[in-house]
Amino acid sequence: MQRQVALIKKSLFDQGYLDEQFMELEELQDDANPNFVEEVATLYFKDSIRLINSIDQALERGSFDFNRLDNYMHQFKGSSTSIGASKVKTECTMFREYCRVGNAEGCLRIFQQVKKEHATLRKKLEHYFQLARQAGPKETARRSK
Amino acid sequence: MAEVMLPMKMEMANAPSKFKSPDLLHVLAVDDSHVDRKFIERLLKVSSCKVTVVDSATRALQYLGLDVNEKPVGVKDLKVNLIMTDYSMPGMTGYELLKKIKESSAFRDVPVVVMSSENILPRIDRCLEEGAEDFLLKPVKLSDVRRIRDSLMKAEDLSFTKSVNKRELETENVYSLDSTVPSQQLKRTKI
Repeated sequence: MQRQVALIKKSLFDQGYLDEQFMELEELQDDANPNFVEEVATLYFKDSIRLINSIDQALERGSFDFNRLDNYMHQFKGSSTSIGASKVKTECTMFREYCRVGNAEGCLRIFQQVKKEHATLRKKLEHYFQLARQAGPKETARRSK
Repeated sequence: MAEVMLPMKMEMANAPSKFKSPDLLHVLAVDDSHVDRKFIERLLKVSSCKVTVVDSATRALQYLGLDVNEKPVGVKDLKVNLIMTDYSMPGMTGYELLKKIKESSAFRDVPVVVMSSENILPRIDRCLEEGAEDFLLKPVKLSDVRRIRDSLMKAEDLSFTKSVNKRELETENVYSLDSTVPSQQLKRTKI
């Protein structure tokens, strides 16, 4: 079971969904805080879904307030970076570029990518955490002083 | 999970140079991002710091007693060794917070570290010119936090070794603190 968890984690890294920052988060887990990474991930998805909705609404209104959109995306990119969501981060960067040059069509297109990557990561991480919890604390609690 | 109090007490008795004052560094962290607040809080706790986290510069000023009302209540007892603030925040930015702290008589000597996800040179310069201790690129690393903590502990050490009498008093305080706030001390030994 634990081997399965390890393999899933490895593939998330190999396929570029997660980067070293995720490992930094895992380093902060210990016996007293064995679910730290999952807690951060939960916060991240709660926050990012709210931002996605805000951006969706702004885009639907047809009002391309690029400053505002960039502002939302700055927050989105920030928390994506903090959790190590590599692919999501990349799409966020591209969205901000389109904002910067005022390319509305580009923003719309890339935002679909952002949402897609976000949804994919969410599904994969939820699966990973579920398995990790079932496998037991040995796999998730990594920090040794 | 049994939490052992003894090692902490022994360390203080046998190696007073390691934990100089009864309070480990108290850090005030300011960030509007929930994810980043949780992250920085954990980084600081893992680095054996006492942490207070707020979600805005305004709340930080309120906490420090530097808000509009300028209420001096709590300022005397409040000991903050380090302030870590995000740069980009809605309302008051980290830069504006930095300025307000440096303008205050109570906290101008407290080191302020600014954090930002954007590597913008003029921004960094501006903060350092305004008196920021350091500027960290997000995501902040554990090594960054440890480095800052270590240099602050060293600075505290210098001022500590200068006053021997004060040390005796503080050693007494350690043991009285242990009995009044045991859980906090216990938690630290787990790391």
